[in-house]
Amino acid sequence: MSDRTELLLSLADDELILGWRNSEWTGIAPFLEEDVAFSSIAQNEIGHARALYELAARELGTTADELAFDREPEEYRSAPLVELRRLEWARTIARHWLYETADEIRLEALKASADSELAGLAAKIDREEAYHRMHAEMWIDRLLATDEGRARLDEAVDELWPYALGVLNDELRPGLRARAEARLGRALPDVEAVPRGVHEAELAELWEEMTSVRRSAPAGARW
Amino acid sequence: MVTVDQVWEALAEIPDPEIPVISLVDLGVVKGVTIDDGTVHVDFTPTFMGCPALDTMRSAMESKIAELGGNPDIHVRLDDSWSTDDITAEGREKLRTAGFAPPTPRPAGRMELVQLQHGFRCPYCGSTNTRLENLFGPTPCRSIRYCDDCRQPFEQFKTL
Repeated sequence: MSDRTELLLSLADDELILGWRNSEWTGIAPFLEEDVAFSSIAQNEIGHARALYELAARELGTTADELAFDREPEEYRSAPLVELRRLEWARTIARHWLYETADEIRLEALKASADSELAGLAAKIDREEAYHRMHAEMWIDRLLATDEGRARLDEAVDELWPYALGVLNDELRPGLRARAEARLGRALPDVEAVPRGVHEAELAELWEEMTSVRRSAPAGARW
Repeated sequence: MVTVDQVWEALAEIPDPEIPVISLVDLGVVKGVTIDDGTVHVDFTPTFMGCPALDTMRSAMESKIAELGGNPDIHVRLDDSWSTDDITAEGREKLRTAGFAPPTPRPAGRMELVQLQHGFRCPYCGSTNTRLENLFGPTPCRSIRYCDDCRQPFEQFKTL
């Protein structure tokens, strides 16, 4: 598999799995606006995953659906950050903000790529992600405004920080640290990144649920 | 033999599946039509990538072209070639009449939350005393706003 396909699959898997995690708030978020927001963000992320899988599928001679649903859990290239199941609000917001910040750095690099197809798709995705970032930043403002909010955010960010570093390659990690530290106004722990390739146990559970309908019709149902 | 003009006319009759007051041509998602020996090539650029209406749009275009006797070939672009700036003037007016605030022009630099908070015109009473309620709405392309004068919530087409 080419480096380009590897890259497309890791981006797509991140967006698919995070989209799935975000959708877990549908119907149960703390208030209606967030129910709508997380559902809509989930829809966007899964749309991005689909476009990325389509580019990868052209190289691999397969389809976006096969890449999304017909691989074994260990074949996914997602970062452990997106695999974690954290149905607790401070951690959800911390993950959302850390991921969107890392994703922005990654998209900036891709937009400058000499590969015009990849740069063009990254530019399209980035315009939609701008809304996710504004949403995440609004929550960071809100949490930083009170002592309790800050304490809960700090605890969640510290817990997720090694995972956030693992979204990016070595070259891009210092950029994430600089942005996150500037925004929070404090130093973040000096830790090893939790890299891609080793999956969280929660991924297997997510996969069971995510692929169950497709596995129930192996001959390929049409909806 | 089907002509390019006939195809454009037919595509202009296809309503957006989620905002049916506006057509695919008003929306600016059809970038080009060419015909080559009975095969009608449509260059199609998606709106929001996660929009569930995209597949419906695609199959509606295929049916319309087939009705005209053409063999449809829809090419979907995966790039940054669609902007809400591509919605036609007529399309914007149709949105407003249907109670949607049309999108503002795409900003030159990065979009900031503060630009979205105030100053948008209510499509019902025309007041600009409106505020952002939620960046996100019932579909990927919409935000929710509230008019403090006529007390009416309304939907805003997000700028992309």
